Amino acid sequence: MFGYSLSDLGSIVVMQGFSGLSLFSVLLLMALGLAIIFGQMGVINMAHGEFMTIGAYTIYMIGKVTEQYFPAFLPYYFFFAIAAAFAIAFIVGYLVEYLMIRHLYRRPLDTLLATWGLSLIMQQIFRSVFGGREVSPNLPDWLMGSWSVSDTIDIPINGMVVMVVTLVVTGGVVAFMFKSRWGLKVRATTQNRVMAGAVGINTNMVDRMTFAVGCGIAGIAGAAFTTIASTGPTSGSQYIVDTFLVVVFGGATSILGAVASAFSIAQAQSILTFFLTNAMGKVVTLLVVIGILMMKPEGLFASKVRK
Amino acid sequence: MNTFYTRWLGGRQGSMGIAILALLIFAIMPMWLDIFRLNLVGKYLTYAFAAVSLVMVWGYGGVLSLGQGVFFGLGGYCMAMFLKLEASDLTSTAHQTTPGIPDFMDWNQITQLPLFWEPFHSLTFTIIAIFVVPAIFAYIIGAAMFKRRVGGVYFSIITQAIASILTILIVGQQGYTGGINGITDLKTIHGWNINSSSAKYILYYFNGALLIGVIMVCRYVLSSKLGRLLLAMRDKEDRVRFSGYDVSNFKIFTFCLGAMISAIGGAMFTLQVGFMSPSFVGIVPSIEMVIFAAVGGRMSLIGAVFGTLLVNYGKTAFSESFPALWLFLMGALFIAVVMFFPNGLAGLYEQYGSRLAKLWQPLVRRFSKAPAAVVPPPADTPPSPPPVVRKLADKPVAAEPLPEEALRTRRPA
Amino acid sequence: MRMAQPTIEKGLHMKKRWKVNQWRRAVVAAMGVALSVTMADSIAAGPPTSKVNTTGLAVTDDTVTVGILHSLTGTMAISETGAQEAEKLAIDQINAMGGVLGRQIKFIQEDGASDWPTFAEKAKKLLENDHVAAIMGCWTSASRKAVLPVLERDNGLLYYPTFYEGLEQSKNVIYTGQEATQQVFAGLDWVAKTKGAKTFYLIGSDYIWPRTTMKLARKYIETVLHGKIVGEEYAALGSTQFGSTINKIRLKKPDVIYAAVVGGSNVAWFKQLKAAGITGKKQTLLTLSVTEDEAHGIGGENLLGFYSAMKYFQSLDTAENKSFVAEFKKKWGADAPIGDVTQAAYEGPWIWKAAVEKAGSFDTDKVVKAEESGTITFDAPEGKVYLESNHHLKTRLRIGEWRADGQADIVYTSDYIMPNPFPKGY
Repeated sequence: MFGYSLSDLGSIVVMQGFSGLSLFSVLLLMALGLAIIFGQMGVINMAHGEFMTIGAYTIYMIGKVTEQYFPAFLPYYFFFAIAAAFAIAFIVGYLVEYLMIRHLYRRPLDTLLATWGLSLIMQQIFRSVFGGREVSPNLPDWLMGSWSVSDTIDIPINGMVVMVVTLVVTGGVVAFMFKSRWGLKVRATTQNRVMAGAVGINTNMVDRMTFAVGCGIAGIAGAAFTTIASTGPTSGSQYIVDTFLVVVFGGATSILGAVASAFSIAQAQSILTFFLTNAMGKVVTLLVVIGILMMKPEGLFASKVRK
Repeated sequence: MNTFYTRWLGGRQGSMGIAILALLIFAIMPMWLDIFRLNLVGKYLTYAFAAVSLVMVWGYGGVLSLGQGVFFGLGGYCMAMFLKLEASDLTSTAHQTTPGIPDFMDWNQITQLPLFWEPFHSLTFTIIAIFVVPAIFAYIIGAAMFKRRVGGVYFSIITQAIASILTILIVGQQGYTGGINGITDLKTIHGWNINSSSAKYILYYFNGALLIGVIMVCRYVLSSKLGRLLLAMRDKEDRVRFSGYDVSNFKIFTFCLGAMISAIGGAMFTLQVGFMSPSFVGIVPSIEMVIFAAVGGRMSLIGAVFGTLLVNYGKTAFSESFPALWLFLMGALFIAVVMFFPNGLAGLYEQYGSRLAKLWQPLVRRFSKAPAAVVPPPADTPPSPPPVVRKLADKPVAAEPLPEEALRTRRPA
Repeated sequence: MRMAQPTIEKGLHMKKRWKVNQWRRAVVAAMGVALSVTMADSIAAGPPTSKVNTTGLAVTDDTVTVGILHSLTGTMAISETGAQEAEKLAIDQINAMGGVLGRQIKFIQEDGASDWPTFAEKAKKLLENDHVAAIMGCWTSASRKAVLPVLERDNGLLYYPTFYEGLEQSKNVIYTGQEATQQVFAGLDWVAKTKGAKTFYLIGSDYIWPRTTMKLARKYIETVLHGKIVGEEYAALGSTQFGSTINKIRLKKPDVIYAAVVGGSNVAWFKQLKAAGITGKKQTLLTLSVTEDEAHGIGGENLLGFYSAMKYFQSLDTAENKSFVAEFKKKWGADAPIGDVTQAAYEGPWIWKAAVEKAGSFDTDKVVKAEESGTITFDAPEGKVYLESNHHLKTRLRIGEWRADGQADIVYTSDYIMPNPFPKGY
């Protein structure tokens, strides 16, 4: 069908599957951060894309510094840079929460507007500091190129590395939320804020840390992003609508939901853009998602919460 | 006459507002500005349509639509299609591979006018389409969501997604819609040149008159029972439902009304500026329309117009001289309006205007509003004055559902 | 001048008197020199304003104002920054030589922000508000199409530096970049001959230039080269998702990938190509839209072995080019890339100057008449160029092969190609 042989179709599915995976990684990392923030505090963070850009620029800066002063470390700096991206995005997120977000709880639509304003300011800061042109970090050689599994199947190495990073981060988040003491506090606050406060949990601190962690994860998404495209001041806004849809589609408070919906949206888009044109593939995916949302507005994996 | 006065004009304060606006639009601006700047003001006033629609939908209806650009664009594209067909008559397109069709279709290797373009040869159809197409769109979206009680944040995100989808569609189908360039090079409407200076003046006045007409229509709607219901729904939807009203129908109606108003703005935009492009349809312009309404006061129709004028004036003035500074300012404006001035300019006017009025007491006695306690405030003003927001209160003026409510629909868990 | 004290001797008084006289003489002499210098200046400053400007342009006795309109922000900033740098360099050099008609050139710069309605609005402002004598600007065809109605209504002049699709010849525009027949046909001929190419995969960004160029390319490939097109795709401007396209290319295995991806998308496109294992060693790729500006952002290591079809490359080994490159780097930094469009933008102010001086006036209609006379030439860094009466330049096409350092080796130079924006049968 479509003029391709059966084995061709098999190769298509495998390769599209893998190209879908790099999109999946970026979307999942962004959605994880956003799901935590949205689920925890009902805050819509329209500046989430800009935290991703912070991570991307961090990688760029560290790459430049390494190139200039420690050229011997060039093959190794990437993982260190990922950690730095997390840290810087975390710190900025912490500050933002303290200065602005905490005044706007219980007003989700207002946070939406305020964080949009914040995203404008952050974009302009990027523009002033790094210039309007897009920049790319000097990625280490082992990250480039591809692994030829067979004649027709070539798997990009950066895609696999990013997949591994994503899995590690997701595992970390799950462990954090469900196995650690802190995660217990977070879940308690989500489910019943008043009671959580009554049993001695510092809900303000929990909120602040959660927001910061969510932003930090977006920073790691930025690191993944640098392997597939160049970074400019407005790179973050490319993914923001998709990320929101992923979060909402998956059920805003559920991590499993975020994984499932990121995977399905990324793969659907990837496979559809193969058979249809680029634009139509995206449109059809979005329309299907919206259609499903209208049927089931809570998303795929809505968790039941008591008021 | 009395009904007209109270319901269409909005009583003493309302009619004063309209009078000041009319004075500004019809007298002060044309005297003060040259035709180039006046044309820019005309453009801002078309954005004001979208801001006014947001006052209805968001301020009174309680749903934040981040996709008003969609309806603005739909109205604009309808008008642009008509104008483009008129500009693509056989003589001026004689050098094309296929004469008689718009130039962008020709260079996209299209040889025949697509079916959905055919009806736009007629001005009557175009004008009807400007009202009907966005209304149908809004009806579909509204019915699908309000009937299922999707509200608040979910609704906003979905409207954003729809704005994004429409932009991608328009850009992707370059042959049928002009793609990312939009539809450009529009010349005449029924033979009347829209690009001459005199045309610009006439269109400006016509636009202003339409805007004031729209505001009066909105005033009428708000002063009716529907207006009271909208206010009630915005504050406590469940109670209205328990009282037996079908909340979703009212929301759908308001949403459709807002869509039509935005579409009028879009059509006037195309006429005054001479082209239409997808950069007015997407997420960024839609959020900018929200900020116009927010700056002006989301509960005030007149305020929305002033908010639009102020923000756009700032944009043009600053982006010419200090482009970097402007984006900072705009971001700060968003944050400030949300955190410190939730009622925008109109709210500031309410708070401080009365103090100013006291200074001019003798002069202004005839025209100032009576004390709030004596005369019930007209439907257009904000509900009983909120406490001055010196530090951020937990419960702001426009009470929004708590996050837990925003997360799930109103269906029982 | 104080009167000498009565007690001072006569001799001293005389001495002072003489000193005063000498002082007076010196002042008069100085005034005389100043006057003659000023007069000489105004004589050298060229014809009076009333003669050279009868249409209300921003021209004074010693200045003339032009507009510069490019994207300083947005997805096209990567490509357009160089163009406006070149225009400013040309203006500086012209001013150092005495200006145009004895007038120094001032410029007003506006940012189109990669948004076509903004381009139209800023062009309107430059022409209707600032009354500039000419606009050096635009890069994408989308921006030019948006600005065109404004130019024609307000009778302005635009010097447009980008290689573009042709099918246009406006009285108000001078196209210093190549049009499609100059860029496309010779390049396709070369790749068919030297690489024996029979199958082509076409990919471009989704707007008028790539679409129209590919329409021309398709016709040429199918009718003249008797080749086959195995795929044709367009990605939205600014898009970074090329995974599906690359997979399709891998399946179809074309002899040549013929690319017209524009702006920031290039970075994603070439990075993803490399990540997929498609490199210059294994696959021939000829692109129409990568110059040194884009290569700077993409990274030479991602372009290694691919080809670009341009009329100019920074590595061109002529005296003219070497001095141009040196001047450019002196003004804008040793790292500043210089691409085809940058060089074409450099040509703009010079051609305008030549036309104005031939016409003896800044008025648009007179300048256009001078330009259409077919006698204006310029010794550009790319070589001598000829301004033809159809508002385009007669130039040569070159094919460059990219090196890892972001520069290109020129592997082919064509003869001079007459510009033909309206090719028959296309």
